Amino acid sequence: MSLLQIEKMTHYFGGLRAVHDYNLEIEPGQIRGLIGPNGAGKTTIFNLITGIYSPTEGRIHLEGKDLIGLQPHQVASLGLGRTFQNLRLWRHMTVLEHVMQARYSKLTYGVVGALLGTPKRYRQEAESERIAYELLDLVGVKHLADQVVINLPYGAQRRVEMARALAIEPKILFLDEPTAGMNLEELSQIMETIRRIHNEFDLTIFLIEHRMKFVMELCDVIQTLVFGEVIAEGTPEAIQNNPEVIDAYLGKEIET
Amino acid sequence: MTSFLQNLVNAMQWGSFYALIALGYSMVYGVLMLFNFAHGDIFMVGAYIGFFVSSGLIALSALGSLVLPSWLILSITILLAMFLTSFVGMLLERVGYRPLRSAPRASAAITGLMIGIILETGNLALLGAQRYKFPALIESTTYNLGGVFITNKKILIVFVSLLLMFALHQFVQRTKWGMAMRAMAYDYIVVPLMGVPINTIALLTFALGSALAAAAGILFGIAYPVLDPYMGILYGWKAFVAAILGGRGSIIGAALAGFLLGFIEIFVAAFISSTLRDLIAYSIILLILTFRPHGFFGEAYSARLRL
Repeated sequence: MSLLQIEKMTHYFGGLRAVHDYNLEIEPGQIRGLIGPNGAGKTTIFNLITGIYSPTEGRIHLEGKDLIGLQPHQVASLGLGRTFQNLRLWRHMTVLEHVMQARYSKLTYGVVGALLGTPKRYRQEAESERIAYELLDLVGVKHLADQVVINLPYGAQRRVEMARALAIEPKILFLDEPTAGMNLEELSQIMETIRRIHNEFDLTIFLIEHRMKFVMELCDVIQTLVFGEVIAEGTPEAIQNNPEVIDAYLGKEIET
Repeated sequence: MTSFLQNLVNAMQWGSFYALIALGYSMVYGVLMLFNFAHGDIFMVGAYIGFFVSSGLIALSALGSLVLPSWLILSITILLAMFLTSFVGMLLERVGYRPLRSAPRASAAITGLMIGIILETGNLALLGAQRYKFPALIESTTYNLGGVFITNKKILIVFVSLLLMFALHQFVQRTKWGMAMRAMAYDYIVVPLMGVPINTIALLTFALGSALAAAAGILFGIAYPVLDPYMGILYGWKAFVAAILGGRGSIIGAALAGFLLGFIEIFVAAFISSTLRDLIAYSIILLILTFRPHGFFGEAYSARLRL
């Protein structure tokens, strides 16, 4: 059985059809890519899967469990972690607090336990903090743990987002343009980090990207989305040589 | 000098009420970006709940069926009233504000005003127009410290207020819910995507704010033992001023501004004119806001809840 299975997902914003008849099957351990021109509906697909929007039609199953109609926090707790195209961090909170916050659903102490400071609370929080430091180490920002995120350089903020998404112990990690705004050097570093995350947890990853080199090197299978429809799906080689994909990105060659 | 110290003591007590109420305004604004204009009336409801709890406990003691020492009656009254009033706050969020979360800001604001009127007139309908006298929960003792008179009530009021503020600060800084409240203040869209149920956090925010308002209501009843259904309006508005003055969403700011408001009012009354107290006091605050339009701890277009 596939880890994530989406069948015939369609979504309208008013009269605008943003996603049409979208299908996806992700196998455990895969790195999947979603490419397409601006406005093709890539982020909308992420928003639909993670429960921010409810699709107009279609089915989404995670390990056979229906995700339609669940609240975003329920979807997240089931194991979908994500980062954002435009960084969405909590400006004046520290790096460590970001990662700890994402452990919310893993901390089961109650309000009374919190007020009285029961051993359970302290044990769970110590455990959470240990995990948080490990994740920060994994993405390479452990030394910044006590910093307030607004003071960090852009690349470090992206890594904080990744650590935060990992802290909910996701079954699939959704990365929305992880290299946006990065220079070439940062690009190769972030690629290495994503590989490391993938290897460490044998984690399934689904990413949106614009940089072809990045996608082609990293992904096992790539989908190309144009105007909300998948026009091609396959291995990096197949996608690279697909005439429709080339058309969508570069425009048709004019016959002379 | 003694007169200054005497007024300082009075101002601490007076400011405690404003600070406790202002915290509720500030938290709700910080987390949900709405002004809960019914908050002053929650203060009133809390005072009445405290009145009924304490009257009940005193009656039980008098009947001899459950004899409790007065310190225990006081503690139970404060804790139970805070607990019960937090449910009034949560009901307000669930019924009044949640359905309007995506509605224009003005709708939520007038909802608060309407709920306030409902609480005031509902109280009037249930209990009638007569005023209730808050029972004397502690026997008043006055200490003379070198010409400065301090009552045990004042000590109690200031101590309990500071204790609650400290507890709130710890809660917001240290617990997973407090952290979620702060996160919501910065960017609430991503909070559920990290597995946090934002409706729970919204309820909790109202519960905490309402519990603090209830504590303020009881402490107020201890100092000024006459309750009436409209008592929340003026103090609510003034505490709202404190919340703005502190910087919208700033918890420390709200507490400090609450005390500052108390100081300004008391000192204007003592040294300038008691009849013109509010006129002069609020002109001063208007002047402060002219120079610090975002309040003490506020920043323009920035984070909403800061600590």
